Amino acid sequence: MNRFFLPLGIFVILVIFLWVGLKLNPREVPSPLINKIAPTFRLPQLHDAEKTIGPEDLRGKVWLLNVWASWCVTCRQEHPLLVELGRQNLVPIYGLNYKDDRENGLAWLKKLDDPYVLSAYDREGNIGIDWGVYGVPETFVIDKAGLIRHKFIGALTPELIQNKLIPLVKELNGA
Amino acid sequence: MHSKFIFVLVLLLLAPLTNADQTVISKADPVLEERVMALSEHLRCLVCQNQTIADSNAELAVDLKNQVRDKLRQGESEQEILDYMVKRYGEFVLFKPLVKSTTWLLWFGPLLLLVLGLGVLIINLRQRRKLMQQAPALSAEEHVRAASILSGKRGEEHS
Repeated sequence: MNRFFLPLGIFVILVIFLWVGLKLNPREVPSPLINKIAPTFRLPQLHDAEKTIGPEDLRGKVWLLNVWASWCVTCRQEHPLLVELGRQNLVPIYGLNYKDDRENGLAWLKKLDDPYVLSAYDREGNIGIDWGVYGVPETFVIDKAGLIRHKFIGALTPELIQNKLIPLVKELNGA
Repeated sequence: MHSKFIFVLVLLLLAPLTNADQTVISKADPVLEERVMALSEHLRCLVCQNQTIADSNAELAVDLKNQVRDKLRQGESEQEILDYMVKRYGEFVLFKPLVKSTTWLLWFGPLLLLVLGLGVLIINLRQRRKLMQQAPALSAEEHVRAASILSGKRGEEHS
């Protein structure tokens, strides 16, 4: 009996491991910045190079930081969802225009609509590295105290927004 | 038709030149460059996860190498830079995982499997030897029968 059950048992365990492994996404590296204070920066605004923006300006409110670029195809796919979310006035969305050309970024927003209260302009991508950005788009949820509470890697989907993002924002706002 | 083909061929041959700028790095300071590359060997490229940023020309890898270079130039130590990266990208960014309780299985799992395998092998061999020793020796009659079977005269078996 042992002759059959031992290999069979090992096989079943192997299948369970592989099955779980299939559902994991190695591309999603959990951010160590979750529940840490958001890395600070002081960047020129996309629309007005004279003015700057930094996380300190937004203390006391819950906000989103969406990392985007005009060269990013997935951002284009995600964009209508952000526009829709922006219209709902649930949470202010700020943009981090990542390694982009100012002209291209502005033209992109003009053409596809601008869901952002403001976009910060990160020409060199250094702030992106500071925030642990490795794939665009990424969306951070920052709470009133300035802590990063969640990071969405890759494009947001209607399900993610409905089931995760909006409930989280409501919770952080104490509603 | 023929000239078109040659034209395309020439274009293809020229193609590598167009992204040549990706690999151009400042050779002004070879000592610094060596330190940058040495440290880059320890950092994982998160876009192309099985490569180090030293091996990768992905845009993020190039940016991270630049970041490493800037920080070294500013006088930060190798360990400080690794810590900085871990703080932002998590321990996964280290190409060689740290040895700690959550990675023990990863580090010592293969050794464990080797020891287990050797154990099973030794037990099996011992059991087999014991079985061989216990097997009763053949009688003279049985020897004759065995010899006849082996020589192929199977008929005698039943006679």
